[in-house]
Amino acid sequence: MRPQPTSTGPVAAAPAVHIDAPEEPPRSPKQIARARRKAAAKRVWREYRKNKMGMAGLIILGFFIFVAIFAPVLASSCGLDPTCPSTGPQLQPPTFKYPLGTDDLGRSVLTLTIWGTRISMIVGLVSTAITILIGVTIGLIAGYYGAWRESVLMRLTDWFLVIPFLPLAIVLATLLGPSFYTVIFVIAITSWPSAARVIRAQVLSLKTRPYVERSRALGASDWHLVTRHILPNVGPLIFANTVLTVALAILYESTLSFLGLGDPLHTSWGTILENSFGAGAPFAGNWWWVVPPGLAIVLVVLSFTMIGYALDDILNPKLRAR
Amino acid sequence: MTLLSVRDLVVNYHTQGGPVPAVRGVDIEIEKSEVLGLAGESGCGKSTIAGALLRLLPRGTEVTGSVLLNGEDVLAMRPGRLRAVRWTETSIVFQGAMHALNPVQRVGEQIEEAILIHHQAGEREAHVRVGGLLEQVGLPPRRIEDYPHELSGGQNQRVMIAMALACNPSLIIADEPTTALDVMVQAQVLKLLKELQRDLGLAMLFITHDLSVLVEVCDRLAIMYAGRIVEEGPAQSVFYESAHPYTRALADAFPAIGEGRFRKAPSGLPGDPPYPQDLPGGCTFHPRCPLAFEACPHIDPRLFDVSPRWRAACLLVDSAAPVLEGARTPGSDR
Amino acid sequence: MSTRRYLISKVLQALLTLAFVLAFNFFLFRGVGDPATELLRGHSGISRQAVEQLQRQLGLDLPLPQQFVHYVKETFQGHLGYSYFYNLPVSRVIAGRIWPTVLLIGLSTLAATALGIWIGIRQGWRRGSKYDQGMLGFTLFTYSMPEFWFGMLVIMAFAVGVGPFPALFPTGGYETVGASYTGFAHMIDVVNHMVLPFFVLTLAYLGEYSLIMRSSLLETLGEDFIVTARAKGVRENRVLYGHAVPNALLPTMTVTILQLGFVISGVITIELIFNWPGLGLLTATSVDQRDFPVLQGLFLLFSASVIVANLVADLLYSYLDPRVRAG
Repeated sequence: MRPQPTSTGPVAAAPAVHIDAPEEPPRSPKQIARARRKAAAKRVWREYRKNKMGMAGLIILGFFIFVAIFAPVLASSCGLDPTCPSTGPQLQPPTFKYPLGTDDLGRSVLTLTIWGTRISMIVGLVSTAITILIGVTIGLIAGYYGAWRESVLMRLTDWFLVIPFLPLAIVLATLLGPSFYTVIFVIAITSWPSAARVIRAQVLSLKTRPYVERSRALGASDWHLVTRHILPNVGPLIFANTVLTVALAILYESTLSFLGLGDPLHTSWGTILENSFGAGAPFAGNWWWVVPPGLAIVLVVLSFTMIGYALDDILNPKLRAR
Repeated sequence: MTLLSVRDLVVNYHTQGGPVPAVRGVDIEIEKSEVLGLAGESGCGKSTIAGALLRLLPRGTEVTGSVLLNGEDVLAMRPGRLRAVRWTETSIVFQGAMHALNPVQRVGEQIEEAILIHHQAGEREAHVRVGGLLEQVGLPPRRIEDYPHELSGGQNQRVMIAMALACNPSLIIADEPTTALDVMVQAQVLKLLKELQRDLGLAMLFITHDLSVLVEVCDRLAIMYAGRIVEEGPAQSVFYESAHPYTRALADAFPAIGEGRFRKAPSGLPGDPPYPQDLPGGCTFHPRCPLAFEACPHIDPRLFDVSPRWRAACLLVDSAAPVLEGARTPGSDR
Repeated sequence: MSTRRYLISKVLQALLTLAFVLAFNFFLFRGVGDPATELLRGHSGISRQAVEQLQRQLGLDLPLPQQFVHYVKETFQGHLGYSYFYNLPVSRVIAGRIWPTVLLIGLSTLAATALGIWIGIRQGWRRGSKYDQGMLGFTLFTYSMPEFWFGMLVIMAFAVGVGPFPALFPTGGYETVGASYTGFAHMIDVVNHMVLPFFVLTLAYLGEYSLIMRSSLLETLGEDFIVTARAKGVRENRVLYGHAVPNALLPTMTVTILQLGFVISGVITIELIFNWPGLGLLTATSVDQRDFPVLQGLFLLFSASVIVANLVADLLYSYLDPRVRAG
């Protein structure tokens, strides 16, 4: 098996893949590229399955996604309201009726934790989406065009990177006032620099590859080069990076909520901890109000991190050399 | 007694994709003060041999066979004995000296370290010896205080050579000592190696892919292909009268100015060396061989005698004359 | 470029970044409420005139660029504004809280770095071993865990004594309230109160440092000069500590210093949890009280610290690495 000469460019995860198709009409370049990518994705999945860490992360994440989606079925939302009849005695340790005990308003901690899944995950995912969008755009422009654009953008990126996260987040969130959108905005604003850095580095290394230069010599427009050649090859690495960013975003959300800067209207794991600490739960020994939401955070962040590392192991061309 | 006697050396690397055979049964003999050249393209296994002889390959690499150094089998040595033997009986001159030297340690200290750990001298005496070694390789003794990055490539290579001489070994393995250098510097370093070998009566295993270099320096030549030795004999014979088609092609790839047959296009070999995991059947060279015939894809030739101390692994040697068409004659490209 | 030029350029870069921070700080807070109104908040029945008079006093009626220049001048003189809540100059408020934080961050960083390096070396040297894998798992876990939650667990375990755990330490604060210890006794008292927050901070970042050292060592072990050292007959122990570690330590140290930003973020919530009267607790309470001037001052201080730390890391690296030192 000899490596095939690069033509439209190697996808980072796929060396020569032979598409065993029966006789059929000649395919367009787009179809070939798409088929190649599908095969590459299949290969990645097959390798991913072998990665124990990645699979464990996927299972844990799957569990939490399930909980987030089916929250109303698993625990009635009425349980979030202290005046709801389902509330019980205050600050009770776990019993059969309230498997994780109750908080200071008599609400079931299990219900709170289940519903907290939604906000924590949504904030994590949405803020990451924005982060990646900004980061990719800036990283692409800086890496691809270079020159003054790169200097200015990189200077901006470096500045953001130097500033410690929480003080900046606190400053912004305090000014904007605590709300669902504030948290998302603040997390995105403070997270995009590292994504931009990674993307730019990748773009820089791809820019000088022969197939890009060849394409340009053939008269390809910038847009074509970016969307057809650079993005698809940066794609896998962006994906791994994104997953790790979600993990961080969820941690950030919990911290901001804990400090009182989160969404006051909805329950997230961070706000549960904010309430429990504010009510003196740790000092009173009310461990059932403290452990579950924190454990949930740990598990979800852990799952995203494990998935991210597994993907990085598989997709990162540098690591694959061994 | 033969200084170095390697029998049936086999090296398999362990990779994620399974074991990779880098060396597939190699025999080597070097006598005292003899210089053996080992040549071949990248990936043929020659550098692996250098590492294998002193057990420097990555952990988990499978090395079998016997490596008799002054009668003792290196592969069977206990760690303490191995460490004592390293550098004192055999040392290595690595390629790319800049990376083979510790960047945060002065070069003098690095040479001294070799002397000190083998208890060959006290600190003060070692220091003096290092000065002498540097002079021997053509460097001013004050260079002792320098860091590797303060020296040029050629100077670093000289430091490597000085270091290799530090414990007075009887055998030096030179693993591509000139490859990373400019041509002019290459010539200087080669000259130095030749002189040192002559003056000190050193035995040398000279590994390189540049055949023309070997002819000057070596008494005997061994040519490697795909993990095996395919030809081995007196340097002049192997280079000028190559019995194996691969040797022929390799020698032809280094054109000499003034020689008639190079006035036309430079020759080369089609194709690439085979992947160790994917070797062709029969004679591993047959897909690229201009003289391959029907038997070649089916029979894996052993080393046949061309003459008493000259062997080649080619079916043509078995039954045909040792001298191929258009062979060069010694002296024709001087 | 020569070392001198390299250092000067690094210092200039740091100053430039600092300038950005100042500008950012200024415009951000001017963009939100009017400081005069905020200052007078809580006082009822203030006439429009009084507000305007205060505005004039604070120089808020001047054009923005002039205000900025004024702001920069004031900042360099150490005047960081007036706290809404404490009715004291911000610099006074902050100064009173610096020492506890420096103590906490300083000691825990030292401990985390020292331990992390030691562990990381063992991990890198015995890659794939149970020790390595166990430590990697530990690092993964502590990375995924909010430090304040861990703090709460530690309080419950070792300060309150929930379940099988012993109550060994105070639940918070800097010193025992009411007691007036002096000298040595006082020091012991403070140390006693510091044990738990110190423990939490150290454990929270220990993993990161060990990971950094581990990768640095692994990279170094792949270098050619390690093979040379072995070939010379150097003992394994000396190959590790004499050749590999000195090379691996350099980048590790600088990357470690660069972690300061994360440590600062962590100390804010930890001080809140343990009621440790430092800058972190001040930050958390100022958020509650919407005390903008104090937050502004703290933001400036935190950012400046990280910028200076980065500069120190650069300078340190260039001093220690002979390749850079030579210029």
